[in-house]
Amino acid sequence: MKSAIYYQTKKVTLNLLIHLFLVSVAATCLYPLLWMVASSFKTQETIFSDISLIPRQFHFENYYLAVSQSDFGRYFLNSVFYTASVAFGIVVISSMAAYAFSRLRFPGRNIIFAVFMAAMMIPIPGSFVALFVLLNKLHLRNTPLGYILCMISVGLSMSIFLLKTFFDTMPRELEDAARIDGCSKLGIWRHVALPFAKPALAVVVVFNALNVWNEYVLALVIFDNKNLMPLQRALMLFRGEFLTNYPLLMAGLTITALPIIIMYLLMQKYIVKGVASRAVFG
Amino acid sequence: MRIKSTLENYVFVLPAVSIFTIFYIIPFIWVLQLSMFSWDGILPTKIFVGLENFKEIILQDPSWWESMWNAGYITLIALTLQNTVAFLLAWACDREIKMKNFYRVIFFIPPVLSEIVVGMAWRFIINDVDGANIINRMLVSIGLPQLAHNWLSDPKTALTTVALVHSWKGFGWGFLIFLAGLQTIPRELYEAARVDGAGSWRIFKNITLPLMIPVFVLVAILTVLGTMQAFVLILGLVGGEFAGHTSVPVLRILAVMRDSSRFGYACAQGISFGVILVAISFIQYRLSKRYRQA
Amino acid sequence: MRKLFAFCLISLIIPAFFISACAVKPKSSKPTITIWHWMTDRQPAFEALAKKYEEQTGIKVNFELYAPSDAYSQKVRAAAQGKTLPDIYGLLGEKRDFASFIKSDHVADLTPFLEENNGKWRKEFFAKALAVNEFKEDNTYGVKAGFYGVPIDVMTIEMLYNKKLFKKAGLDPNNPPATWGEFLHAIQRLREVGIQGLVSGWGEIWMIDCLASNYAFNIMGEKKVLATIKGEVPYTDPDWIKVFDLFLQMRDKKVLVTGVITMVNKTAEQLFSNEKCAFAFNGSWCVNVYKGMNPVLDYGAMLPPQVSDKNPMMVWGGAASSFLVNNRSASKEQAVAFLKWLTSPEQQIYLAEATNNLPANQNALKGIPVVLAQFAEAMEYTTHPNIWGVSEFPAVIEKLDKGLQAIIIGENTPEQLAQDVQKIKAREMAKAKK
Repeated sequence: MKSAIYYQTKKVTLNLLIHLFLVSVAATCLYPLLWMVASSFKTQETIFSDISLIPRQFHFENYYLAVSQSDFGRYFLNSVFYTASVAFGIVVISSMAAYAFSRLRFPGRNIIFAVFMAAMMIPIPGSFVALFVLLNKLHLRNTPLGYILCMISVGLSMSIFLLKTFFDTMPRELEDAARIDGCSKLGIWRHVALPFAKPALAVVVVFNALNVWNEYVLALVIFDNKNLMPLQRALMLFRGEFLTNYPLLMAGLTITALPIIIMYLLMQKYIVKGVASRAVFG
Repeated sequence: MRIKSTLENYVFVLPAVSIFTIFYIIPFIWVLQLSMFSWDGILPTKIFVGLENFKEIILQDPSWWESMWNAGYITLIALTLQNTVAFLLAWACDREIKMKNFYRVIFFIPPVLSEIVVGMAWRFIINDVDGANIINRMLVSIGLPQLAHNWLSDPKTALTTVALVHSWKGFGWGFLIFLAGLQTIPRELYEAARVDGAGSWRIFKNITLPLMIPVFVLVAILTVLGTMQAFVLILGLVGGEFAGHTSVPVLRILAVMRDSSRFGYACAQGISFGVILVAISFIQYRLSKRYRQA
Repeated sequence: MRKLFAFCLISLIIPAFFISACAVKPKSSKPTITIWHWMTDRQPAFEALAKKYEEQTGIKVNFELYAPSDAYSQKVRAAAQGKTLPDIYGLLGEKRDFASFIKSDHVADLTPFLEENNGKWRKEFFAKALAVNEFKEDNTYGVKAGFYGVPIDVMTIEMLYNKKLFKKAGLDPNNPPATWGEFLHAIQRLREVGIQGLVSGWGEIWMIDCLASNYAFNIMGEKKVLATIKGEVPYTDPDWIKVFDLFLQMRDKKVLVTGVITMVNKTAEQLFSNEKCAFAFNGSWCVNVYKGMNPVLDYGAMLPPQVSDKNPMMVWGGAASSFLVNNRSASKEQAVAFLKWLTSPEQQIYLAEATNNLPANQNALKGIPVVLAQFAEAMEYTTHPNIWGVSEFPAVIEKLDKGLQAIIIGENTPEQLAQDVQKIKAREMAKAKK
């Protein structure tokens, strides 16, 4: 029989090791972020010569310059609009499709699903040109709608795949109960499937939001109108052809990273909430 | 009645399928068609060459296979190191420990940072001449000067270093998905097992692992797909293909499109790449099915 | 979930108002010229000039910037496919691509305008700068002879050296090494006091190609280099092996900075600005870059040190950026008129002062900073692949450049490289014959 002290020490050491592990990984995650933020307060000359994480002088004006020099506000709003639209669109469209692939029967179901999966794996080089010509023909080229539809298309395969995997684990009793209560298929989707897959939905939102937020080349190729450009364009303005304004670039990058971190903070609650609501279903 | 029901079912997939057909299938067919032509991307005339491009890729393009091999190496490190760390972290955070939320946010910072920043930051940390050489300084200070090395500038170690940085950037995703998966395991199962007197390891082996298998498969497939297609980070860390040592398929395709103006050939490379990825994923899926049944 | 819905809806509605409001703006009735380019640091100067032009002539000029250059190229090529190119645009890429654009009817022939009044406009430019935009009679690209674009600035690619570091190593800052032997000697002196040697953005293979080409011209002369491209001389010729051997020497004598082939040009520029090394191989655009990164940098320009004195050392130079006119543009005449104005001495001087780039107009050379003037002196010795009239096969160029990178990291030898390159050359020539 092992004594209580043995278990106690084992528990304490285990916890200690776990914490050490977590802290060291966290440190490596934080360092580049801190470097980016610290650099945003430095000047062009000191950014590479001064290697400490705490700048000798804090140049707060870099942030002001970054925002004012580049019509930042408009690009920021554009990015928020595109990201929110795509996230919303994908959640609705891909969850409906994933639910159908997982729970509904119709001829060709497996083939269509397989095509979606295959699409995840086949990158199209030069797709920018193809999409450009396509959107041109549809008269959607220089429009927000065209861009949003393209970005939805890009994220569909992954999102459907993720959601279907989660729907597959959904207990049938839930659906049966709802059906007995007189719920239509759409109702089941809305009241049973969606809440069940909240953690997966949160992942889908984060994934697609990040994609759209960081996307640049497609926007550049499709949009002629400066007013429609997303945030990344402002950042590119600091990376001149020959001269990169590093401090302003770092300030811009920090501002760019913030909304995504905030959005993630909001979303990750749903991953936890998903557990709480499941406890109700048992 | 049956037909009505089936039609209703189609409505669910209609938006996805229509958008997908217009914005993916059509460009895909265009690229597939182009892969059989020799075209520079500009001229209105294209020359049909049939399967010549593919023949050249298979038989006469060692740089292409070098890039595939490199991508495979990076992916292997991702599958093993990155996902193991991600899982351990998710498991650690799933338990009742302090600062859980704090860690959850911190671990997701690498994926959030743009690849430009990640490339610049790590290059700065690792490199000597154009950086702060922090890693080597740390090694010296803990008494291991013989390990100090030009990690990114030495062709022998460059690829591994790139793979490690890539894993650093990517583990946040695995962490997130693993955590989501772990969270859907009902706590009552754990309670019941503990009441039955099972130790932590038994619980892990008999409850956690089996229930997590679909998630493992998911993450494995996503890791392979994502890592094989990576390239932006490599540009930031080593400036490009480093004489082939850090060449990856997407960089190769871009180089062919841009430097040699061989659009048709690049399309053929893209198609070959896709075929290989489909094959790998298919094998992964089949293997996982067999394991699940066992 | 409800909160998420609300958040999405709000973030959709508010910007939607903004965006739809902007879409209702009435179209300007003034004549407008749209210009696409990638030169981020010149956008302010361009916009100032556009305003000036509008005041003078009433014609609105829109300079649209799309950066970085890779993304810009994609955009131009996509627009070409969709036939939505603007009135004026710049083109990045090789002569082959330029020819393809012309053959696809995207570029207007500017020869009549340049030759007007006995070639008045043409004669204002440095001949070598204009030559980049010229296709000669019987060229190998199948394009009708003529001028298809105008340069707005010129550049040369040379070596630079840090005067302060020179003094530290006991070298004369006013007498940079002129021969290869002197160069190696200087490197040794620098190493003795712990200073690194030459940096360049050799992660970008065209920069290695540039230096190799320079030395090829020096060692065997222009005629033989062009003959090699035409296929009349093999790459296994001893002169070529001598060229490749220089890179081996650079490796053995530790001339190069560590990790030079992992560096893009920007990184190399940053290193030289931070005085981490004594030499750099870069183009005249660097004057603006260095000024921004380290205004007190004390440096000078020099030609790459000669290996042979039988043939002159030639550097790459000529037009840095050029503008083309879209042949399908509705405002062709106005576009050409604007280009004439942009390349006139007054505007060129303004651009040179504002952006520290060499003007393309020969009459605008006054008032440029000293170091830039040193670059301008090298204009006599310039050449450029786009004016040779023949292009090497891309596969050969890639093999050669990658092979040189391999030599630098010790994974190849000059003789082996020569054979490899010749093999690819033979294969490409056979393919072309079919």
